[in-house]
Amino acid sequence: MKKNLVLLLLSLTLLFSFSFAQEQASGGTDLNPNAISSETERLGSMLQLSDIPNDGGGGIEINWTLNDSLSNYFITIIRREGNIKKIVASDLLASSGQVRDVNSDENKSNVKDGTEYFYTAVLSEYAVSQEILDYLVCDSLDMEAMTIADANQVYLISDESGPVKSKASWFNLERLTVLISAIIITFLFLLYLQLARKGKELYIRKISGLDAVEEAVGRSTEMGKPIMYILGIGYVTDIPTIAGLTILGRVSKKVAEYETKILVPSYDPVVMTTAQEVVKEAFTEAGRPDLYNKNDIMYITQDQFGYAAGVDGMMLREKPGAVFLQGLFFAESLILAETGHSIGAIQIAGTTETAQLPFFVAACDYTLIGEEMMAASVYLQKDPLMLSSIAAEDVMKVIIIIILLIGLILGILGPGMHIEFFDKLFNLLIEIL
Amino acid sequence: MLKGKNIPLAITFTVGLIMIVSFFIPHRPFGDIEQISLKWYSIIAGFTMLLGVDSLLGLHFRKVKRKEENWIHSIVLIAGFVMVVIAGVWGTIQYGSAFDERSFFTYIYNYFIVPLQSTMFSLLAFFVASAAYRAFRARNVDAALLLITAIIVMLGRVPVGELISPYLPKFTDWIMEVPQMAAKRGIGLGIYLGALGVSIRIILGIERSYLS
Amino acid sequence: MKIFEKLSHIDRRFIYILIAIVVIVPLLLKPKLPIVPTKPVKDIYDYVENLPQGSNILISIDYDAASMPEQQPFLEALLRQCFRNKLKPIMIVQWQLGAPLGTTGLEKIAKECNAQYGVDYINLGYRPGYVAQMVGIGREIRDYFAVDYKNVSIDSFPIMRNIHNYNDFALLVGLEAGATYLLWVEYAGGRFKQKIALALNAVSAPDAYYFYQSKQIIGLVGGMKGAAEYEVLENKPDLAVAGMASQSYSHILIILFIVLGNITYFVEKSRKKKEGGR
Repeated sequence: MKKNLVLLLLSLTLLFSFSFAQEQASGGTDLNPNAISSETERLGSMLQLSDIPNDGGGGIEINWTLNDSLSNYFITIIRREGNIKKIVASDLLASSGQVRDVNSDENKSNVKDGTEYFYTAVLSEYAVSQEILDYLVCDSLDMEAMTIADANQVYLISDESGPVKSKASWFNLERLTVLISAIIITFLFLLYLQLARKGKELYIRKISGLDAVEEAVGRSTEMGKPIMYILGIGYVTDIPTIAGLTILGRVSKKVAEYETKILVPSYDPVVMTTAQEVVKEAFTEAGRPDLYNKNDIMYITQDQFGYAAGVDGMMLREKPGAVFLQGLFFAESLILAETGHSIGAIQIAGTTETAQLPFFVAACDYTLIGEEMMAASVYLQKDPLMLSSIAAEDVMKVIIIIILLIGLILGILGPGMHIEFFDKLFNLLIEIL
Repeated sequence: MLKGKNIPLAITFTVGLIMIVSFFIPHRPFGDIEQISLKWYSIIAGFTMLLGVDSLLGLHFRKVKRKEENWIHSIVLIAGFVMVVIAGVWGTIQYGSAFDERSFFTYIYNYFIVPLQSTMFSLLAFFVASAAYRAFRARNVDAALLLITAIIVMLGRVPVGELISPYLPKFTDWIMEVPQMAAKRGIGLGIYLGALGVSIRIILGIERSYLS
Repeated sequence: MKIFEKLSHIDRRFIYILIAIVVIVPLLLKPKLPIVPTKPVKDIYDYVENLPQGSNILISIDYDAASMPEQQPFLEALLRQCFRNKLKPIMIVQWQLGAPLGTTGLEKIAKECNAQYGVDYINLGYRPGYVAQMVGIGREIRDYFAVDYKNVSIDSFPIMRNIHNYNDFALLVGLEAGATYLLWVEYAGGRFKQKIALALNAVSAPDAYYFYQSKQIIGLVGGMKGAAEYEVLENKPDLAVAGMASQSYSHILIILFIVLGNITYFVEKSRKKKEGGR
């Protein structure tokens, strides 16, 4: 009680001296020292603390709610562990409503699992000054103070919240839906794998772009021209690039059978090395390892348009009879495809970048649209084991379509026509997903 | 047994499984695996640049040595390469950063790379026109619908559309946000399922065409 | 009918010349066209406009010289708005070759608005490794950006004193020429709930409508058109507005080509039909 009185007096003195200084200042500023205290008499224990859910430990989530009139104010958060105080964050927007106290690479033991922490918030109208920051972590500060002030403004201090402990989770519950989907698709995959092994015929529809591979390689050989295979500007970590590499394997095998030449200009050295291995293997498989030339799979540059320029130049000089554009393409897609068209090559393109598909459709003879490209290696090999994955994908697609339809109907009846029962069901569906 | 092709397949399977597990289990040591492997990849990818340089320079040195067709171009490439490397190193030594405003490297950037890149990208304008002229034909009802939509969007996306009718840009926005997105989402769904299929095939060792 | 036959085999270089003319002439004559800001652009503008003074904005330069005409005008307009509203831009670079463009734009506008380096704005430069960095900033920006673009410790600048991770940024603005934005949405947005605004090249802008619709991004500036709208909102028409006339006329020309192409197609088709009938 006594302590509080002293603090109150201290705050009042500070406030008084501040108002006095304000009056003295000529011209005056637009600072309003009473802005905070007039709007909120007391912050109370405004911070809600919790362990960050679904993380690897070492993290506390701090949430708060303030009325709208304070949304443009700043918040500084102080943490106390025993007698040690630390500024967690300063000058946060009050409207952000949340901050996380976590470990970093430099300070891996910032927040220790199992340790009790207490948090306090400081509200201010303007950014907090360094003196106040220093004062907030010094030993002499009493965490039960309600206001402090410096020459510029008053700071309002909340009650201390806590204790809270952080802990590591053994399962990320947010990813439960992903896990269930993964289990379903793996189950479907294994089911179809089993069926395929038992001799069930699995159907895959005709993909004319892939049927044309043989024609393209054949025609190119007849004309005595090389084949060019462009993997785009993806890295080996990108699925479309991996799909492009698997198609490259099949195409190179055909190339080796026809005893012609394949050029693979690359954007990324790792992709180049992988492409060299893929082509080498395909040539060996076709029984023509002697035809393999490592230098035909070369690195150009890792600059998007530099790469486009390099490949265009190569196309104009080497005049390939067939051009394959399979992988990840961005703005350079049409620059490559139009040049390929201008030299009269048969072009078979494929990408997952939906924005580039129209360009390919316009400029190339055949285009593999997204998933056709992913299915290409299966299609070209027609191995029943591989076909089973496509069948599993299709079943999964049907499941997704059913969920979409349910969502559509519930969406119309619930949020659309405001029928409470369906509204609840709709929200439940969204929560589950 | 673990020999020949089985070793890389076993590695692929194990690493794939660990990555999947770490996606669901945030607890140490699993939770850190993603970040650690990303760092490893960054480091390895940095070194593979040497492979790229080796491939590029090797190819062009050979061309010069054998006086192959257009070998003069190769000399220009090698000279350019050496010049930029020296400029970069020199800029770093002299000014602390190759991208310092006073460095010759920045000069190369501003007066070579910027115009060259812009030129390549601007080719797109010409190619779009020629491809549109050649390929955009109303061969059937679907193609005709597509063509009309394209014209509406092209007009709606530029100020001229506003001059024709203030509703045109709004209609364009609707086309972009509703029918366009509907088609894209459909394709997207197929792509992600396809990607999932590729991943499963690779992890289970059914897809091997990427292996040597 | 011979003219249609000729037209169907027109030399593409003729098309190229016409395109060059309709692009260059308006740039020289600068005709005025009305530019009405669209909602995705206005959303960003309004959001930034309503931020309290002193808020930090993380700007990521994810483009290079090729996309300069589309991205640079937006960068400049955004920076003008930031400095006018006393917001603090913190620039980082994900595409190395974009570093000089970001720096030039930032320095130019900072000079124009009398902003002080290290106090009102800062340039942290390029660091390799997109994803590791995006996840890393969620914890501590110093893990990746301990120094600014001139290798000076960021702790020596007042602006960085209280900046640690995404919590300290009121907005992340990504200027994107490629697909880097997907990672921003996935990591900064998905994992750390960072508010994101994106400026994309026109060619890839349609792809980002997903995120705008699902409110994963607050707004979207698409290509030079979006940048021109932003310039109009900021009341300082500049390069993007100037470029809009070129874009308008080239679109009209392309439409004319398409129409012409179709007329020749139908004429040729009916001619072939007649010949076949004989």
